[in-house]
Amino acid sequence: MGAVIEVSELTKRYGSKTAVDHLSFTVRPGQVTGFLGPNGAGKSTTLRMILALDAPTSGTATVDGVPFHRHPRGLRHVGALLDAGQVHGGRSAAAHLSALARSNGIPRRRVDEVLQEVGLAEVANRRIGGFSLGMKQRLGIATALLGDPPVLMFDEPINGMDPEGVLWVRRLFRRLAAEGRTVFLSSHLMSEMENTADQLVIIGRGRLIAAESVRDFAARGTRRSVVVATPQAAELAAVLTAAGASVEPEGSAGAERLAVTGLPADRIGALAFENRIRLDELTTRAASLEAAFMELTADSTEYLAGQPR
Amino acid sequence: MTTLTSVPRVTPAAEPPARFRDLLASEWIKTRSLRSTPWTIALTVLFVIGSAAVATMSDNAARSGPADFLPFDAYPPAGSWTLILVASSIGALTVVSEYSSGLIRTTTVAVPARGSVVLAKAAVTAALWTAVGTVTSTGSFLVSQAILNGHHAGVPITHPGVFRALAASALLAPVCALVGLGLGVLLRHAAATMVTSVFTLLMLPTMFSESNRWSADIKHALVSAAWKRLAQNWEPDPGSLGYTATVSGSWLVYALWPLITVALAVLVVRRRDV
Repeated sequence: MGAVIEVSELTKRYGSKTAVDHLSFTVRPGQVTGFLGPNGAGKSTTLRMILALDAPTSGTATVDGVPFHRHPRGLRHVGALLDAGQVHGGRSAAAHLSALARSNGIPRRRVDEVLQEVGLAEVANRRIGGFSLGMKQRLGIATALLGDPPVLMFDEPINGMDPEGVLWVRRLFRRLAAEGRTVFLSSHLMSEMENTADQLVIIGRGRLIAAESVRDFAARGTRRSVVVATPQAAELAAVLTAAGASVEPEGSAGAERLAVTGLPADRIGALAFENRIRLDELTTRAASLEAAFMELTADSTEYLAGQPR
Repeated sequence: MTTLTSVPRVTPAAEPPARFRDLLASEWIKTRSLRSTPWTIALTVLFVIGSAAVATMSDNAARSGPADFLPFDAYPPAGSWTLILVASSIGALTVVSEYSSGLIRTTTVAVPARGSVVLAKAAVTAALWTAVGTVTSTGSFLVSQAILNGHHAGVPITHPGVFRALAASALLAPVCALVGLGLGVLLRHAAATMVTSVFTLLMLPTMFSESNRWSADIKHALVSAAWKRLAQNWEPDPGSLGYTATVSGSWLVYALWPLITVALAVLVVRRRDV
């Protein structure tokens, strides 16, 4: 099998504050794995420990079975974009990448290839200081691709990108995974993952909340509900409750709806027909990843607006 | 979704051995790709040689004084202080700029062998500033001698002690650049590093006099006092009340300062989170 990221009982304490708390998970090749959690959940700290930038207080993180600091040169093993700002503004994109490539014995032509790949070939000789955030993100992605590594890690790669850039980046991640690489992608936004990730690792306050496929996660979060609009709301509610569903009134007066859980839409329609109740609307509401994510992480949000802590 | 069975395996391309000279080449690309590098060096060379010219021209005693003092005209304090200030600051900046921008993390992911990165930076910095120091030192001597020759008071480069003064003034630049670099790794913050290197290299020696044994000992252990002793080509007056540093001790000071700061930097960088 390809290169696997293995995190085991990983813990990082800064004084009395625990940033990452006995975290264990596995990231497999051939898939895009989303790494999710609210701000301050410990995502970046975890990525830094996998890359051996920070030493764990206890526990281990390995890539392909080897702690990353054992490699004298890293670019052929893991490509990473941690923060697009981690460049020197006075250098050109080409010089920045050339220095990195040279340190790992990567031929110079690879620099032109990755600049072409991320769409920065035309600005290769301009100073990075004049780049927009989106361009810096592209440069960071070029840096990650430089060594053609089997493992790629990106921390919030979509920040600052225009819609065209977001689409490009999603296609790129899908392609990298299809090539058999391990793609590990952190974000605090569930919506970024919906169309990109196959697997999810969700953490809150440094602890693991869930590690499963996107499909399983969506299914277990919010239960499916059916929204019904009818002029005979009270009658219908009684019928549905008798049939074993739970019914919650929704919406405003005059445009009342019922949110029904526990019965599928066709059963609700049939019950209404049998009881001569007119229906104006009957909609199955799909469980949203965002709602499931919010529900799961509600207890572990680090910074809540409007709440004294 | 892709299933694991259909996935082609990605194996890293055959990895060439990790070579230190690739790190040297990488650091050299970083150095020369900054526009400020050639400008700073050109201005420094001009100022140091210019200060030698000014000092020699204003030396009214040039014709009457003993010939031994004349080579020293080439190395006025203004020139050496400038060299100390610029070399230590630029040496510090090679690492501090990486810490302040976060580039150090990009560098460390590319080269997890952190100690090797510091050593490569130190080697490139030492080579660059030895070259700059040699140009300023030789240039200062030649300009100064050209002016003295106009007064028929020139001293040949073979004159006793002249070569030592030349070498000490050339090596002052890499010594200070390496001390700055080492402090930069240890302190990481631009302002703290600048203040500390200016304090230890320029201010500290002025705190101590040569009239007491202990005070003279501290002074003689500092870089700028060592340079002064090595650049003087006359022997101390035996009747002098002050204590004078030895030549060999001063060379030792030259060697130990960069060695200790860079060694500490390599030790610390391995243990600390980036």
